[in-house]
Amino acid sequence: MVPLLLILIPVISGLLTFFLKNGNAAKNWALFASIATLVVGLYAVCPCCKLDFDAAWIPLLGTRFTLSMDGLSKILTLLTAISFPLVFVSTYNNEYKQSNAFYGLMLLSQAGLMGVFLASDLLLFYFFWELALIPVYFLCSIWGGEKRIAVTFKFFIYTFVGSLLMLVGILSLYFLTPDHSFALKSIYALKLSATQQNLTFWLFFIAFAIKMPIFPLHTWQPDAYEQSPTAVTMILSGVMVKMGIYAVIRWLIPVFPLATEKFGHLIILLSVIGMIYASLIAIKQDDVKRLIAYSSIAHIGLMCAALFSMKTIGWNGVMIQMFSHGINVIGLWIVADAIEQKLGTRKFSELGGLAQKAPTLAILLLVLAFANVALPLTNAFVGEFLMFNGLFQYNYWMAGAAGVSIILGAVYTLNMVQRIFYGNTVIATENAVDANKAVTFILTIIVIMVLGFGVYPQPLLDLTKQIHP
Amino acid sequence: MNAIILSALCGVVMMFSGILLPKSAIKNVAIAALLVLLVGNLLQFYGIFTINIDTKDLLSFDRTGLFFNTIIIVSTLVYFILSGSDIERVGTEVAEYFALIFFVLCGVTILTSFNGLLMFFLGIEIMSIPLYILTGSDKKNLKSNEASLKYFLMGSFSTGILLMGITLIYGATGSFGLQSTTIKSAVTGFSSAGILAPVGLVLLFISMCFKVSAAPFHFWAPDVYDGSPSVFTSFMATIVKAAGFFAFIKLFAAKSADFGPGPAWTLILFVIIVATLLIGNITAVFQQSVKRMLAYSSIAQAGFMLFALYSTNDFTKDGILLYTAAYSFATIGIFSILTKMEDFSLDGYNGLSKTQPVLAATNTVFFLSLSGIPLTAGFFAKYYMLASAIKSGGPISLVIIAVLFAAVSVYYYFKVIQAMYFKEGNAATNTTITPSFKLGLIILAAVIIILGVFPSALLGFYYF
Repeated sequence: MVPLLLILIPVISGLLTFFLKNGNAAKNWALFASIATLVVGLYAVCPCCKLDFDAAWIPLLGTRFTLSMDGLSKILTLLTAISFPLVFVSTYNNEYKQSNAFYGLMLLSQAGLMGVFLASDLLLFYFFWELALIPVYFLCSIWGGEKRIAVTFKFFIYTFVGSLLMLVGILSLYFLTPDHSFALKSIYALKLSATQQNLTFWLFFIAFAIKMPIFPLHTWQPDAYEQSPTAVTMILSGVMVKMGIYAVIRWLIPVFPLATEKFGHLIILLSVIGMIYASLIAIKQDDVKRLIAYSSIAHIGLMCAALFSMKTIGWNGVMIQMFSHGINVIGLWIVADAIEQKLGTRKFSELGGLAQKAPTLAILLLVLAFANVALPLTNAFVGEFLMFNGLFQYNYWMAGAAGVSIILGAVYTLNMVQRIFYGNTVIATENAVDANKAVTFILTIIVIMVLGFGVYPQPLLDLTKQIHP
Repeated sequence: MNAIILSALCGVVMMFSGILLPKSAIKNVAIAALLVLLVGNLLQFYGIFTINIDTKDLLSFDRTGLFFNTIIIVSTLVYFILSGSDIERVGTEVAEYFALIFFVLCGVTILTSFNGLLMFFLGIEIMSIPLYILTGSDKKNLKSNEASLKYFLMGSFSTGILLMGITLIYGATGSFGLQSTTIKSAVTGFSSAGILAPVGLVLLFISMCFKVSAAPFHFWAPDVYDGSPSVFTSFMATIVKAAGFFAFIKLFAAKSADFGPGPAWTLILFVIIVATLLIGNITAVFQQSVKRMLAYSSIAQAGFMLFALYSTNDFTKDGILLYTAAYSFATIGIFSILTKMEDFSLDGYNGLSKTQPVLAATNTVFFLSLSGIPLTAGFFAKYYMLASAIKSGGPISLVIIAVLFAAVSVYYYFKVIQAMYFKEGNAATNTTITPSFKLGLIILAAVIIILGVFPSALLGFYYF
């Protein structure tokens, strides 16, 4: 029942939001609903309740409405549940036209995300995969920046092509199962021949790689992050890209072991290329949003590489890092949004010396920046350490090349901090004031999580052990 | 049998109602007549009451055909309810339009129950001839006249090819029957019957490709759809097209266990499917007029429906039923809104979400369904088509080509959504939008979403 609630609360409250005429009421209602989801999400993490749900859905097709929750699902549903209240509070002072529709769509996308992380039936998974995408399409296209229509459309077409290819893959798996079923168990029980695996593997992987995104399928991402309203960007980069990683762990590697072995090296190579490439571009950026976008590609690349290195320790690292990266990147976006809202620009060349005017924000950002370069005692260190460990066991050279991107990461991240917050004040920052209470409050929570899980990551590590099968 | 007789009778009744009744009552009479038709068909479907006439085995009624009739009649009902007032606005002879539509339905019901090439031919003709008239019903509009003439000439030409094919098959087998033994001898007996039977089959195939506007026999479709009054384009592009497909599949796929899918046959279909998807989708991308875009998109959708011919298994039948319902409902909805727009171009839809939020929202659902986005009926329609192809072990390349074109179709369908929601403008309608019209649209959109979540809701009627 608990997993069902995680989906039902956002769906129902989201649909209700559309009928609220008052903008503020919609905002408060959405915040309330997301907190309710968070409570349920926290409850689900403790190991006391029943975590499966199963109901008939479309018997004709052999698909059932099956949800289940293991450690991996718990980490990601928890991330989803935490992110939305963080986003809603930190952007509480932003005003949106037709805000009832905005918050309604946000909640619907949360439902889609929850469903993706919970579904144990392949067709159901596909449904939620799409359900998470459609609201985001409308969110970005209506409330985004200047070039929003073209950029979001590119993003949509990219991911939609991926989904359709995945659908073909899903269908071919379906007809191979002896009992014609989409259930996770039946799919896992398949013993596919190498030739069957080779093509179908790619049908799935392209969909996931677009979502993550992995070089060279990443071109939609920086534009989409830049043009989306910041609240949506936070969800996109904090939670939505994790769909791709999650799907690889849940639906790709266990089903196609032979193909994974065969193509794993190629994919790791692509991921490492992507990491270095994205880091180099990030160094050259003049825009906070684009910098965070490219830095996000680099982080995701490391996760993907660690996944395909097929080492348990690397996998544990990936699972922890999914959570940590989600939290950290949301924190970075909040800072970026606060700066843009206050000063009207995101360009480094027009910023400087902000630390004198906004000391609290500067301290909070500094912690997040350290987390972004995975300094010890921050949460990202644990995950990245484990991932590098796994990658190192797989291949020295790959690990070494990936290590370069850590150094590059320090270059662009610290450069960003320095150019925005230190040096002399410029025109834009002359009359700046510190961030408002909502932003400070949320950033403090995030920083506490960053340091807390950095010092004591054991709760998360425990969750990564509870993966079935 | 009920539906064939009743639809012909209703047609006659409608003709007389033009003389006997005031103009305002005609639409309601038509809706009432359609309800009678629906009840009559359902009575036969559930085996409660059937008018029995010995047709000497020329017609045979099965559940699939009767269920298809039901879908068609319900679609027409939706069409009358949403677009009835637009039919009244086309010209003066309102009763005639409704009468002609009933005659088309008569042809459709024959096409779902034919048991031989003779009745098949009659069905095609009864369905087509009223359409030639409807296409030209806007008498003072040159484009409408042109469309009508073009449709008539091309249509008769394809009918000629059809007849030639039937003649050849008759010559080869000595029968109009579709009994598998006869067709089997036509095919397996290539050597004894000579070249006649296979040529006959190919001619039949070509003329049916023409009727369903599959490339490369599609050239008439955009001009005819564009030229005829929008309200009749809607009818042609949905109900008539679906019926054409049903007949096509009944004629070929149902019997293909006997004469195919051999390698040559599969190759022909492969080429035609890819060509249809290619031409339909790529040309639609460049259209500025929504009406013309829909004409090409209907060609593209035909490419998907052809999948049902490609593979014959239990998915095919469900698939074509679901596809018909999903595609017809969505397209009827889109056209009913289009007919009320001042300007048919993409720019004419700019800002519709501000001026007519209900129209924009429902239109979005319809377009999402046509694109095959999950949670709409269109998704399962496409799903079934792809599933049937994969299940029958068809080349996966064809399926991948099809989904890539489905992604292309998203491009042009979403342009309308973008215009309605993300662009500034003052989309104007040419009549006042009544609350009942809005309600009808909302119900139709709800049905599409319900079918998208529970396709069993429709297929359940068929199976249980």
